[in-house]
Amino acid sequence: MVEQTATIISNRCETGLYFRLVLHAPAIAPNVQPGQFVHIRIPSLKDALLRRPFSVFDTGQETISILYKVVGKGTVALARMRENEDLSLLGPLGHGFTIPTANSEFPLLVAGGYGMAALYLLAKQSTQKGIVFAGARERNDILCEAEFRALGWDVRVATEDGSYGERGLVTQPLRTELERQAEGRKLFACGPTPMLEAVSKLAEEFGVGAEVSLDQHLCCGVGACLTCVVPVKTSDGWEYQRACTEGPVFDARKILWEAGL
Amino acid sequence: MNLSVKIGRLTLQNPVTVASGTFGYGAEYARLIDLNQLGAVTVKGIRVCPVRGNPTPRTFEVTSGLLNAIGLQGPGVDAFIKKYWPFLRELKVPTIVNIWGTTVDEYVEVTRRLSELEGLGAIEINVSCPNVNGDGTAFGTDLNLLGEIVSACRRATSLTLITKLSPNVSSIVPYAKAAEQAGSDALSIMNSYPAMAIDPETRRPRLGNVTGGLSGPCIKPIAVKLVFDAARAVRIPIIGIGGIQDASDALEFIIAGATAVAIGTANFYEPQTALRVVEGLREYLKNHQIEDINDLIGSVRIERKSSC
Ligand SMILES: Cc1cc2nc3c(=O)[nH]c(=O)nc-3n(C[C@H](O)[C@H](O)[C@H](O)COP(=O)(O)OP(=O)(O)OC[C@H]3O[C@@H](n4cnc5c(N)ncnc54)[C@H](O)[C@@H]3O)c2cc1C
Ligand SMILES: Cc1cc2nc3c(=O)[nH]c(=O)nc-3n(C[C@H](O)[C@H](O)[C@H](O)COP(=O)(O)O)c2cc1C
Ligand code: FES
Repeated sequence: MVEQTATIISNRCETGLYFRLVLHAPAIAPNVQPGQFVHIRIPSLKDALLRRPFSVFDTGQETISILYKVVGKGTVALARMRENEDLSLLGPLGHGFTIPTANSEFPLLVAGGYGMAALYLLAKQSTQKGIVFAGARERNDILCEAEFRALGWDVRVATEDGSYGERGLVTQPLRTELERQAEGRKLFACGPTPMLEAVSKLAEEFGVGAEVSLDQHLCCGVGACLTCVVPVKTSDGWEYQRACTEGPVFDARKILWEAGL
Repeated sequence: MNLSVKIGRLTLQNPVTVASGTFGYGAEYARLIDLNQLGAVTVKGIRVCPVRGNPTPRTFEVTSGLLNAIGLQGPGVDAFIKKYWPFLRELKVPTIVNIWGTTVDEYVEVTRRLSELEGLGAIEINVSCPNVNGDGTAFGTDLNLLGEIVSACRRATSLTLITKLSPNVSSIVPYAKAAEQAGSDALSIMNSYPAMAIDPETRRPRLGNVTGGLSGPCIKPIAVKLVFDAARAVRIPIIGIGGIQDASDALEFIIAGATAVAIGTANFYEPQTALRVVEGLREYLKNHQIEDINDLIGSVRIERKSSC
């Protein structure tokens, strides 16, 4: 974990409200594990103090890239930034995914919206090529499908409005696949909390392992403030763990969903 | 040039520490900043027993500030000593441990346990928490209770005792005096200010705990005034806290009467803030040809113009 001033190499609109940001961050890039994130201070956000967390989508030797959706003041300000401008980054932060090896279970990735961004590096570093289930509200929210295909992964799409792929929630094609075969498979998911809860329930139902990356509101990002806590089961009950430090990726079976996230 | 200051029996190499609850137990920031360059490390509030804290959301960003209701989550004093003290003990700078409780006895018990630690710098008493044996009002907003807590802790330790005052009072002066009379070696001013935010779309409070405490740059002028008022009423040193982002902010507190300052919310977005403040203070002294930071304390110049 370091703090680094990173220069913007490019910051372009991808589709609809999604942007791709490429940064020169040589102190961070070589150390990123799939599922880890960076915490970004956006200089023009003067009276909005906090850093914003974004998963590292991909890394180069000295660069990292991020896929982000414009949703509020921070991402609006970020979208206005240009090449050669600087951002302050903390990273890489958090505990990421377990990378599938040749001997481990066959990976099924499940992404909702920008969840695809957190899963790309995992797909890239996995020695097994599995299936990606990509879900979103509509066609424009399905990100980087071509890039996953280029890695040799099978991509199955579901949109809520039916504008692309199967109509409905992403958990539907996932269920179909698990019904076909569950044994020897493992789920890796990132997306909105209700989707992650549904994925966890499916994992339980079919008796497969699942790692989920939780989208909690953060503050410090380094484990100091205890903003981002998640209820996690322990041998004698449950305890709060930090999404920014012990997470954002957790073993789905350990999360106490009933306690509410 | 001298930057060192005294807080009770404690000598700080410079007047800059961090505010409790904004810096974890120090270790969380050790990879980002050199802790040994600070005046002291102040850690998150500790109670006798482990505390789970409030439901989420626990913080919410507001204009130039932060609302928080963490609920004083913590491992309890025994786990603190086991898990965090070995790291803190090795630092070259003193550790200040912030404590709290729900009864006077709890405060005394934590104080006793911490006093057994060799090399501990100071104990900071957080009195902004409800008294469960009474009507639930905070210890820090009742003069008698405040006096009772501070004298009870005083009897339990010979370590430097700092009382951290609540801003939620009509005048800070009697509270500052009560803590001084009860044997506090210093004051920390201020804790976060009671506050609330609501999402109009859902009509729900933004915090899981409904209400919380406001911190960050937006509270700085309030904190400067409280320090100014208290400094003229007591002889013990004051640690100024509230919205400090740079050396200029810290100087305001020192000139108003603070002997030291603590960086809080700013750690969350700029972890280097405390060290930059130390550097900035050094530069200020040099530029203004001031030999000793102590000469600056309470040096505010007030020239009242007549109003008629
Ligand atoms: C570990 C992690 C990884 C993430 N990765 C990505 C990613 O790869 N791409 C992407 O587009 N988004 C990602 N997000 C969500 C992203 O952080 C938010 O969309 C962003 O903070 C919104 O900021 P804003 O100022 O535009 O929105 P505002 O609503 O104005 O933000 C107000 C506050 O709420 C917080 N906030 C708002 N929405 C979210 C959210 N969904 N999750 C967490 N905090 C939020 C902000 O950080 C800020 O503190 C990730 C979140 C986490 C926790
Ligand atoms: C997330 C958070 C947690 C805090 N926890 C504590 C605590 O455990 N004990 C305490 O005395 N003060 C606590 N405080 C108050 C701070 O120490 C400080 O007094 C206050 O935030 C004002 O300073 P600032 O504006 O620089 O943050 C906390 C503040 C924040 C923001
Ligand atoms: S965001 Fe501060 S502890 Fe996780």
